[in-house]
Amino acid sequence: MGKLTLDDLRKLREAKKSELSRRNNEDHSTQVIIGMGTCGIAAGAKVTLASFVKELDAKGLTSVVVKQTGCLGACDVEPTVEIIVPGMPTVVYGKVDGDTAKEIIEKHIIGKELLDNHIQDKPAIDIIET
Amino acid sequence: MATYKNYVLVCGGTGCESSKSGDIFTNLQKAIKDNNLQHDVQVVKTGCFGFCEQGPIVKILPENTFYVKVKPDDAEEIVAEHLIKGRPIERLEYKKAEDTGRVHVDDIDFYQKQFRVVLRNCGVIDPENIDEYIARDGYAAIEKVLTTMSQDEVLEEIKTSGLRGRGGAGFPSWMKWNFTKKTESDIKYIVCNADEGDPGAYMDRSVLEGDPHSVLEAMSIAGYTVGAQMGYIYIRAEYPLAIERLNIAIDQARAYGLLGNNILGTDFNFDIEIRLGAGAFVCGEETALLQSIEGNRGMPTPRPPFPAVKGLWGKPTVINNVESLANIPVIINKGGEWFSKIGTEKSKGTKVFALTGKVNNSGLIEVPMGTTLREIIFDIGGGIIDGKEFKAAQSGGPSGGVIPAEYLDTPIDYDNLIAIGSMMGSGGLIVMDEDDCMIDVTKFYLQFSVEESCGKCSPCRIGGKQLLTILEKISEGKGTLEDIKRLEDISEAMKNASLCGLGQTASNPVMSTLKYFKEEYLQHINEKKCVAGKCKKLVSYEIIEDKCIGCTACARKCPVNCISGEARKPHTINQDECIKCGLCLETCKFDAVIKK
Repeated sequence: MGKLTLDDLRKLREAKKSELSRRNNEDHSTQVIIGMGTCGIAAGAKVTLASFVKELDAKGLTSVVVKQTGCLGACDVEPTVEIIVPGMPTVVYGKVDGDTAKEIIEKHIIGKELLDNHIQDKPAIDIIET
Repeated sequence: MATYKNYVLVCGGTGCESSKSGDIFTNLQKAIKDNNLQHDVQVVKTGCFGFCEQGPIVKILPENTFYVKVKPDDAEEIVAEHLIKGRPIERLEYKKAEDTGRVHVDDIDFYQKQFRVVLRNCGVIDPENIDEYIARDGYAAIEKVLTTMSQDEVLEEIKTSGLRGRGGAGFPSWMKWNFTKKTESDIKYIVCNADEGDPGAYMDRSVLEGDPHSVLEAMSIAGYTVGAQMGYIYIRAEYPLAIERLNIAIDQARAYGLLGNNILGTDFNFDIEIRLGAGAFVCGEETALLQSIEGNRGMPTPRPPFPAVKGLWGKPTVINNVESLANIPVIINKGGEWFSKIGTEKSKGTKVFALTGKVNNSGLIEVPMGTTLREIIFDIGGGIIDGKEFKAAQSGGPSGGVIPAEYLDTPIDYDNLIAIGSMMGSGGLIVMDEDDCMIDVTKFYLQFSVEESCGKCSPCRIGGKQLLTILEKISEGKGTLEDIKRLEDISEAMKNASLCGLGQTASNPVMSTLKYFKEEYLQHINEKKCVAGKCKKLVSYEIIEDKCIGCTACARKCPVNCISGEARKPHTINQDECIKCGLCLETCKFDAVIKK
């Protein structure tokens, strides 16, 4: 897209907004969002990312979107990963290493069950209305 | 595969575990099985919810019901009432504590103590994708400013918000902008101070890594308001990921025409470039920072003239910290009025803290101004590691001071912290417990300030070194009572006579520990004792003859071979050679080694 006019920006925002808000809707795809700040990476987020990509590939789950985000602030439980599966509550997992990543794919994404011992609470309500 | 209808999350953090969350988990599972709901409801054990004081915690999804102080016996009722009949149990639901006198935004009637304005997008959007920022009201503020607001109206909005600089001193942001706006000049600059250097602070780094566009948008708004067309972000080269993401963000904003000439088709031009610093602490001081951008050695210059009037290359310059800037788009979008409802009377909005040290849940947190240290450490931080005693928290890094236990309930804002001898600083918050020695901690910060002093003015260059030497003397048990007086005198002189903020505040750690922990200093001086056992020269390890069975385990571990004795007979430590590493104490299985 080239340079935006005021109108373009508004249209783009509306389009992207509805895309983001569909996150919790049934018809949207499964997403894996990995916290990739310096802190997350230092705690092994790159290994986690690689494990997700490799395992999703191996299982043929090509529709799952793997994305990165910044630091969630939960330093003591890095790396953190948010999992969005249509029809399930969105959860954040902490201390997700390569093996836990595999477990998440197996149990949560395929088995539609939540994993024990890794769920973290989201730190605050969202002030942005989407 | 069918999905569950409900998920019951039981907190499995150490705090909740110790108050029987394990039994709650088992009882819930049993009750669910008894009612034949095992295909509809899943019970899950989670990590710590960070709300330990109200534990054990049970949360039910998807409705997000939050139960506190749950007992194992409540399990059946939760299943029968909530999960089967769909009626939440009012008795267990979290009720907000009585009004604390703190002003709240109406809609934070929620169990969480955190409120995220600055960190609104961190951990939510992909920082390398401008579209995700735009979807979350990104660049709506610059749009609003360019189309509907005059320069004065923007200024008025920031004034209404009550925003004060988040870099440390807390100067009202609108005034800074106003000084630069009022100064006549064909060229003006906006500078973002991203030179975050306090030990243990990483708020700005996380914002730049997680939400770089918020800073770019805010700088453009500042540019429009004061009449500047160029902005610089001064960031240390030690933050490679933040720099990478900033570069990506700047490229994307330029491609969209959100930076550059004729932004959004208007006649407003603004562009941003990055300038890398080499990581000197003094370059976070605004005049030294400007010197560094100009290519000179990073040394402060006397003020006035203030940068707002005569700054970068002699032109009027606004210098704002990363966190201050990240607030700006929200203030424009939601209004200064909305923002001013958060926080205390004189400190508006929120503050991000890097909570580290002896606390269970270390992390990056954002709370409304006026939140107490107790809430931060115990409600959000989950308390002190291993249930030890809280001793003090250090805020403001090398420029700040300690907050002792008696001030745990003081609402944290700019003025209260200054009043108790500390300062907000950029927001590092290091928690210390009974095992930390205040002289040792003070020595650490002084060492930092001495190394980072640029050496230009003598109070800082010589004073800092003298303070450190005296502290070292005290920690070796060679201090005298006169030394206390000397510490006080030098501290006072540095505060009054140093050229810049680094020197003026470098003695704060000394003054505040002397104020609250004088007894500890006296113990080191009079009794030659370090109760916390951190000052090595004042600690000795000894073997109790009666308890030692002569297993030789300690002697084999000792790195300097200073433990001797025959096998099966009591050993002794040669005090002259001992380096006080403490390995013998750790190794001994018979409690025969003691630390004195």
